[in-house]
Amino acid sequence: MTNTTEEIVNLAGVAKSYGAVRALAGVDLVVGMGECLGLVGHNGAGKSTLMGALAGTLIPDRGSIAVGGVDLSEQYSVVVAHHHGIRCVFQELSLCPNLTVAENARIFHRTLKGFGWKKRAAKLIQDKLDEIFPGHDILAGDIVGDLPIGRRQMVEIARAFTVTDAPLRLVILDEPTSSLDAVTAEQLLGFVRREVQSGLSVILISHMLGEVLGSSSRIVVMKDGGVVAARAAGDFTRDSLVAAMGTVAAAKSEQQISATGFRKSGTAMIDARPAAQMDARKLIAHKGEIVGLAGLAGHGQTRMLLQIFANAKKRYTETKVAAPVALIAGDRQSDGIFPLWSIAENVTVGSLGRLVKNLLVDGTASRAMAESWQKRMRIKTPDMDHNILSLSGGNQQKALFARALGSDAEIVLMDDPMRGVDVGTKLEVYEQVKQEAQGGRTFLWYTTEIDELSNCDHVYVFRNGQIVDDIPRAELTEERVLRASFHEAA
Amino acid sequence: MTSLGGVFYYLRTRAWIWSFVATAMVWIATILFTGGHGGGQMLTAALSFATFTIIVGIGQMFVITTGPGNVDLSIPATMALSGAITTKIMDTQDGMILTGFAVALGVGLAVGLFNYGLIRLLRIPPIIATLSASFLVQSTAIAYGRGLRIKPPPALADFTTAEIGGIPILSICGVVFTIIMGVVLARTFYGRSVLAVGQNMRAAWLAGIPVERTRLVTYVLSAMLAGLSGLLLSGFSGGSSLNMGEEYLLASIAVVVIGGTSVAGGRANVPGIWGAALFLYLLVTMLNTFGASAGLRLIMTGVIIIAVITVAGSGEQKR
Repeated sequence: MTNTTEEIVNLAGVAKSYGAVRALAGVDLVVGMGECLGLVGHNGAGKSTLMGALAGTLIPDRGSIAVGGVDLSEQYSVVVAHHHGIRCVFQELSLCPNLTVAENARIFHRTLKGFGWKKRAAKLIQDKLDEIFPGHDILAGDIVGDLPIGRRQMVEIARAFTVTDAPLRLVILDEPTSSLDAVTAEQLLGFVRREVQSGLSVILISHMLGEVLGSSSRIVVMKDGGVVAARAAGDFTRDSLVAAMGTVAAAKSEQQISATGFRKSGTAMIDARPAAQMDARKLIAHKGEIVGLAGLAGHGQTRMLLQIFANAKKRYTETKVAAPVALIAGDRQSDGIFPLWSIAENVTVGSLGRLVKNLLVDGTASRAMAESWQKRMRIKTPDMDHNILSLSGGNQQKALFARALGSDAEIVLMDDPMRGVDVGTKLEVYEQVKQEAQGGRTFLWYTTEIDELSNCDHVYVFRNGQIVDDIPRAELTEERVLRASFHEAA
Repeated sequence: MTSLGGVFYYLRTRAWIWSFVATAMVWIATILFTGGHGGGQMLTAALSFATFTIIVGIGQMFVITTGPGNVDLSIPATMALSGAITTKIMDTQDGMILTGFAVALGVGLAVGLFNYGLIRLLRIPPIIATLSASFLVQSTAIAYGRGLRIKPPPALADFTTAEIGGIPILSICGVVFTIIMGVVLARTFYGRSVLAVGQNMRAAWLAGIPVERTRLVTYVLSAMLAGLSGLLLSGFSGGSSLNMGEEYLLASIAVVVIGGTSVAGGRANVPGIWGAALFLYLLVTMLNTFGASAGLRLIMTGVIIIAVITVAGSGEQKR
């Protein structure tokens, strides 16, 4: 199946530093033709930086890049990479939100010009979407900014696989399934496996170790800016992969830290009905509960969270929210971070009201809060005063967790916040969430990962904006969630 | 890091220094041309006129900092209305000055609330809302003042033109005010809210910032400062006139941008606004001294503003 006789790219000794932070410490990486290379490692291990160097979006401090046996280190850029058939689907989506799906496809392909380019671009992207995600409901005329993040990711992926003049030899998928639900993720992985068999090369970066193990022919493990292991996928197991990444916390099984499973009683902290709900079903959450919102991506879970958030300060509404609310965004670019601010400012903004003393924000208290949360969330940075964008994606997400958990909100809404977060971080955060819930906080947790639901006391499954199933912890199975998602069950 | 690199880094992170450097260069060029005459008077005049630009410029800076699309075009009309009403109410009596100040701020409060009402309730983009409001405000000023020029109370005229050792008292007050507003922006809940809203309005809402209240306060603040400036300017120039705010439309925006505040919102530069205001005034003085015609003067002013923005903004674009 895998024949690595012909190499597509050869990176040698690639190094890159950002100020005092060494992101890459001289990495060698070879990708062969018809190979699916799995790339795993913690947040901040250097995966995205390495892929940036390969895609031409950033220039390494040292090292060489050869494509198809030709050394291109000197003139390497995005255009050169594209010309040589290297495409990249970035973790931070790179579509233009104000343009349509078809227009975004045109940006990628210079040859789509002249009379009728719109039609040809629409056909190109529509056909590819049909091929990868059969049954999707995206139209080529949709404005990208109006699509939920999961659909945007589908468009971005499909666009990377479209071909006009330049060849297609290697596609880098950086966390491609982070915003996809189980069904579309499986469609994508199936497509990748078929393409790899017909000779395409793929680099798959994912924190879902099952995906990497199931789809890759070879797996490279990165840690602290270097490669620590590289072997055939068959030689790894889930446990040995986790061990190679250096996660100690992962030794605990997920069951051990899962929720207690009792439906708490007493007055409800949240009592809300989705706007589209036809029957009498309601979402109820009690004090100290972790309530999961499940279902396929974009079926009204985020809308439900926003409805609760918007009604938190109002008294006479149908949606009852009994305490202050904080929200942890999953789409951190548009809903979460303040890009001009430092990490510390991004963390403390959720608690400004408490930090004000004599009309002024207390600098000492702010710094103390930022530093204590850096320790608690293990945010990987030499200085909390550095800009938030200096952090890797997963660490930015940790800062958003710190913002919400550090606030005085008794109710925390989580909008699929674990997108692109590594296993070790996830387990740390699950543990934090559980502790906070025991301390009396209420969590509403929308997630597209069925595994994560095992951390919840109670799960509501959403479909088409409505609650279609209401599952106590004891009865929770993956099958039942999926069945409800597709509405085969009553 | 070498000391030279350190100096360079310091300069790069403090873009407002450039507006002061440019101001010094323009000033030196002018006194070289005049052979050293009039340098002091020129600075005094620059400080006086810059103060009015600063007062409205700070209001405009807060508005622009709340994000793309936010701008207050009603500043000139508010200045005219405030000048017309307050000079009439004070009616040259010193005893009415405090009432005059209260009325000036009240006029600003009313215009600010009206502006925000258009933006929020009728969902009109700020640029259109404040522009159309300015027509209404200007018409009110015309109807109310009927073009009569009433002298300011003597004590107000004295205060606005007084100097200590060549430094106008008003400018000293202006510097103190600027420092206060700098602290407000960087250290208060309201200031942080302005910066957060300007970077990402949706993220600010989701982080629990009272977005709409912040925008309301900001538009009211800008209009109140315009009202205050209208009163002071009518004291300074011996009475109000209907077109006295005219030049402050572009000037208020220019000093904000040249001073290093991001037009995209979320990043404001308080000290830079002084450098920019002095620079703009001295630039015109220099061109006058060189004997440039009115047309050439306008062309040069435009070209130099573009050049400054290009140089000052280039580092930011690459970021």
